[in-house]
Amino acid sequence: MTGKVQRVGQAIAIAGVATLLGLLIWKVAFDNEQGAADKLAKGELVHAPAFSLDRLDRDGTLSLAALKGKPLVVNFWASWCGPCKDEAPVLQQAYERYRKQGLVVLGVDVKDFREDARRFMRRYGITYPVVYDGKGSTIGRWGLQGYPETFFVDRTGKLVGERIAGAVDIERNRETFERGIALALGDPS
Amino acid sequence: MTRALALCALLAALVAGAATAAPSPSDLEAELVCPVCGTTLDQSDAPIAQRMKRYIRERLAAGASEKQIKAELVDQFGPGVLAEPPKSGFDLLAWLVPLGIGVIGAVFVAILAVAWSRRRAGDATAPELDPELERRLDAELRRFEQ
Repeated sequence: MTGKVQRVGQAIAIAGVATLLGLLIWKVAFDNEQGAADKLAKGELVHAPAFSLDRLDRDGTLSLAALKGKPLVVNFWASWCGPCKDEAPVLQQAYERYRKQGLVVLGVDVKDFREDARRFMRRYGITYPVVYDGKGSTIGRWGLQGYPETFFVDRTGKLVGERIAGAVDIERNRETFERGIALALGDPS
Repeated sequence: MTRALALCALLAALVAGAATAAPSPSDLEAELVCPVCGTTLDQSDAPIAQRMKRYIRERLAAGASEKQIKAELVDQFGPGVLAEPPKSGFDLLAWLVPLGIGVIGAVFVAILAVAWSRRRAGDATAPELDPELERRLDAELRRFEQ
């Protein structure tokens, strides 16, 4: 009886250790999906990760697929984020300046209260489309590190230029911002 | 006897009062997680955590219940804002699996304990001697005593 119990105990212990080892191997080998930002930084060809989210500027939802064929500036922000306030007028100006060329600035409000976000949009006169991602479903696939972050998408849906971490209005990001817009519009000069 | 009854009534009133008392902001802050930094609200000073604390105070002042406030925050930020997983649906597994593992472990330890105690009891009983050996031993003892 005791020997049998011991053997069962040993089997359970070995099974437990094997399960934990298996989980560790799986985590190391397969669960290392990189976000789009990391792939872009390595120079890989990356398509903008898809999403379909509720709109804040009007009723309904907006998916990235619905904007296929348009050059995009995708800006991730939140109303509680200080630099987001500073860059909001610059993004609005870019939208007004380039919209005739087809450029769409798309705001993605992340981990925020809907009403705070709407108040922010009114305060800064934002007229470009803004979607709401309170749960942060875009964070992993886009590889966001903080707020704000801005990406550029060309007419084929590929990410172009560099990801801008931080406000687009600060000195070190202005040139990257302008170049990103030019690449999205298809003007590599 | 009267005093005992009065004490019981007082204790019952205290327990009932505690069960129906309105939650304090700090209770809720310990049960909700900052969606940006991942710590409970009472441990976080992140801007969104401060905003959520203000929201909790405003909603409590407006008479909202703890359940309502949690539901509203889950609607905004998802179930990840709850420090404890809900006790329903798939999330119930988060409660049941550790409990199940604990029960299985306790049963296993109990079986081992019983098996070991039986083995010890068995060891304490001396094996019976072979009759021939016993006869020779008696003879030797008698000879030694003479």
